[in-house]
Amino acid sequence: MKAFRILAAGLAGLSLAAMAHAGGGAAAHPHEPEGGWEFDGLLGQFDMPSVQRGYQVYREVCASCHSMKLLSYRNLGEPGGPFFDPEYPNANENPFVKALAADVEIQSPTPNDIGDYDFRPATAADQFRSPYANENAGRAANNGAAPPDLSVMVKARHNGASYVYSLLSGYPSEEAIGTREVTPALVTTPASDNGTPDDPTDDIAEVSTPAVMQTVIDMSKVHIPGHEAAEGEHGEAGVLIQPAGQYYNPFMAGDTTPQYEGDPRKSPAGGFLAMGPQLPEGRVTYSDGTESTTEQMAHDVAQFLAWASEPKQTNRKSLGLPVMIYLGILTILLWFSYKRIWRKVEH
Amino acid sequence: MSGHESSYTPNSGFEKWLDKRLPLIRFANDTAITFPTPKNLNYWYTFGAILAICLVIQILTGIILSMHYEASVDGAFASVERIMRDVPYGWLLRYIHSNGASMFFFAVYIHMFRGLYYGSYKAPREVLWILGCVIFLLMIATAFLGYMLPWGQMSYHGANVITSLFGAIPLVGESLQTWILGGPSIGNQTLQRFFSLHYLLPFMIAAVVILHIWALHVPGNNNPTGVEVQDVEKDTVPFHPYYTIKDGFAIMLFLILFAAFVFYAPNALGHADQAIEANPLVTPAEIVPEWYMLPFYAILRAITFDLGPIPAKLLGVIAMFAAIAILFVLPWLDTSKVKSMRYRPVARQFYFGFVVVCVLLGWCGAKAPDAPVIPALQGEKMLVVSYTENGQEATSEYKGGNEAYVDAKRFMASLPEDASPSLAAVAPATFQFSQLSLILTILYFGYFFILFFVGLTEKTKELPESIHKSVLKRHKASTATAVPAE
Repeated sequence: MKAFRILAAGLAGLSLAAMAHAGGGAAAHPHEPEGGWEFDGLLGQFDMPSVQRGYQVYREVCASCHSMKLLSYRNLGEPGGPFFDPEYPNANENPFVKALAADVEIQSPTPNDIGDYDFRPATAADQFRSPYANENAGRAANNGAAPPDLSVMVKARHNGASYVYSLLSGYPSEEAIGTREVTPALVTTPASDNGTPDDPTDDIAEVSTPAVMQTVIDMSKVHIPGHEAAEGEHGEAGVLIQPAGQYYNPFMAGDTTPQYEGDPRKSPAGGFLAMGPQLPEGRVTYSDGTESTTEQMAHDVAQFLAWASEPKQTNRKSLGLPVMIYLGILTILLWFSYKRIWRKVEH
Repeated sequence: MSGHESSYTPNSGFEKWLDKRLPLIRFANDTAITFPTPKNLNYWYTFGAILAICLVIQILTGIILSMHYEASVDGAFASVERIMRDVPYGWLLRYIHSNGASMFFFAVYIHMFRGLYYGSYKAPREVLWILGCVIFLLMIATAFLGYMLPWGQMSYHGANVITSLFGAIPLVGESLQTWILGGPSIGNQTLQRFFSLHYLLPFMIAAVVILHIWALHVPGNNNPTGVEVQDVEKDTVPFHPYYTIKDGFAIMLFLILFAAFVFYAPNALGHADQAIEANPLVTPAEIVPEWYMLPFYAILRAITFDLGPIPAKLLGVIAMFAAIAILFVLPWLDTSKVKSMRYRPVARQFYFGFVVVCVLLGWCGAKAPDAPVIPALQGEKMLVVSYTENGQEATSEYKGGNEAYVDAKRFMASLPEDASPSLAAVAPATFQFSQLSLILTILYFGYFFILFFVGLTEKTKELPESIHKSVLKRHKASTATAVPAE
C-alpha cells in the first residue's frame, strides 16, 4: 500500500538522519559487557540488583570526586528506582532510603534559626552530597581537571553506558605499564650559574638536568576489546609515554600521537585523562556476595548511571507498548472506515 | 473552492440567529465539511493535515513545558532535567516536544517536495506557495530559538555559530549581531529573549497557516494530474467524510512513527553533547545542527574562497539564505505550463536528481569539511620529517609500510643536532566533503535554472482531459490487464 511505502521511506530517512551524528574521533569504539545491557531493546528493563550494587560503587568510589547534583536520595526509592519498596509509595518514608541518606553528612542547604549552615546527616529529600563546594575546588584538588558531574553522564556520551563500562574497565593492565629513566639532552649551562665554578666534578652535575622517571605503556601488551586488529599491529617500538598526572585509556577521546614513540601512522586509539584506574579487583565488597571484579563493578556502576541519567526510562518503555497497541488498533479501524467510505468513488 | 455555493442550512433557532450575525457555523461547514476536493489526491497530499497536527502538538506541549522551564543561564539546564525527573509525565511532554520538532520538519520536507513534484506552486497558487515558504522560514527560526533553551553545549555553541553569521553582513553586521544577542556575547539576556521569541513565533506560524489555508481554498487543491477541476460533480468529493477519513488514517500512521521515536528512541535524533551543560570555555569537538538544518549548514560551509571583495564567510551566508529565498520566486522560474511532473519526462529526471542532491547535502552537513568522502580511496598516510637546514625549513617524505618508518627514523638520526627534526603522519589529498558540498550547492541552485530552460523546450506528455477521466482511465487500464489473468 502506498501509505506504507511513504512510511518506510520516512523511516529510512530518519534512520539516515540518526546515523549522520554517529562517527566520532579517534577513541576506540565502546563495547557492551558480555550479554549486552538488560535495559536495551523495546522491552528492556534495568537489572535492579545491578543498579543497587552500582549505587554502592558510586557511593564508595566515585562519590569522593564526582557529584551527582540532579539526584536526591529520595530518587533511589521512587518507582523505577533501585530501592523502591511498594510498601512505601512515598520514598521519603522508605526506611532503607532514609538510612542510606543518613549515612552521608552534608552541610544543610538552608540556614538554621541563627543563620548558620549546620552539618547534619542527609535526609531522603536532600540532593546527593557534592564532594567539592564548587567547580574551582574540584579543579584545584584534581590536578587542574574538575571531575564532571555524573547525573546525566550516560546521556552525555555516544553509547553512554557502554562508554562508561569500557572506560572504567579499559585501562591498560599492570603488565603493560612500566617506568623508565630518561636523561634529557645535555644542556650547556653558563658557568656563571654555577655556585662553585672551579670545581670540575660540579661542572658535570651542572650541565645535565636530573633524570626523569617516565611512565611508559608497552602498546604490544594492550588489548583493546573489539579491536582485534590492534594487537600485534604495534609490533616493535610501540611505546606510549604517559604525561605526568595523566592516564592512558583507549576509550577516552583525544589524540595519542604526540606521546607515541613509534610510527605516527599507527598511534593507538584513545587519549589521556586525569582519572586513573579506580576499580581494581575487590575495590568494594558487595553485600550480596557478587564477586567484585573490575568488569563487574564497571558493569554495575554503568547500569546505575544509566538509571540515574534517565530514571523514567522504565516508565517510558512500559507506557510505549499500550500506546502502540492503541494507535495500531485505531489505525486498522480507520483503514477499514476509509475503504468503506470510498468504496463507491473511483479515485 | 471558496466560490462553491454554501450548502449550509441553519436548523435550530440559535443557528439561524447566529447565522445572521456571525456565520461561524456556515464558515466551518463550507471550509471543512462540504469543501469540494479533487477525488484523485494520493497519500502525499495528507501531509498538510499531518502538519496541522504537528503544530497543535508542539504548541500544546510547549505551553505546558514553559510552565516548568526557567529561562536563566544558571537554571535552564537543571530545570529541563527537573521536567524529565520530577514533573508528572514531564519526560513524555519533553520527548514529544523535542522529537515533535524533528517530525514537524520531516513532514514539512515531504510536503514541500510534493509541491515541487506536482507543480503546486504554479498559477493560480503562487500566493499559497509563498505563504508556505514564509511558514518554513518561521519554522526554521522557531526551531533554532527552541534548540537554545535546554542550554546544552550544542545549544550554546550552535547559537554562537548562527548568530555570528549576522556579523558577516558588511557595515551593519556587528551592530546587528550585538542587537540580536542583547550584548557583546551570548548571555542570560540572549536566553531570555530567545525564550520569549520561541513562545511568540509559533503563534505567528499559526496565523500564517490560516492565510495558507485561505489561499488554498480560493483556487482549491492542486492534484496529481495538475489539471484543474472542471466539473465539481464529477471531479471532486466533499472534504468530509472523504478526506477527513483519509487524512485521519494517514495521521495515525504518522503518529505511530512519532510514538516509536518518543517511546523507544527519544534521543536518537539528538546530539549527546546536548546533555552537557553549556560551557562557553569548552568548544565541542564538532558543532552540528539538528538533522533538519544539515543541508543548509552544508551550503553555508560549502564556500571556502573569497570572491573579489566578498569574503568567503559572507558568501556562505548569502548562499544559505539564497537557498531558501529562491523558493519564493520559484513560481516565476519554472516556465512550463504543465504542472505535474507526471507529464514532464525531462523535468521529472531532474526533480529526482534534486531530491538526491538535497539528501546528500544533509550528509555533507553532518561530516567534518576536511573528512574524505570515500575513506577507501584516500590511500596510505605518508610520513613527513620536518627539519631545519641552514636556517631553512625543509621536509622529507616517506611512503610505504613499516620500512618507511625505519627509513624516516634513520634519516632523522643522520641529521645534525640543530636540525630539530619532527615526524608527522600526513594524509594524502583526497576528495573532501567541502568539495562535495560545493558541487552539490551548485547543483541545488542549478535545478531552478534548469527548470527555466527545460520548461521552454520540453515536449510534455498528453494531459488527461479531466480529473474524472484520468481516474477512469487508470481503472480501465488496471482492469484490462487483470482480465486475461482471470
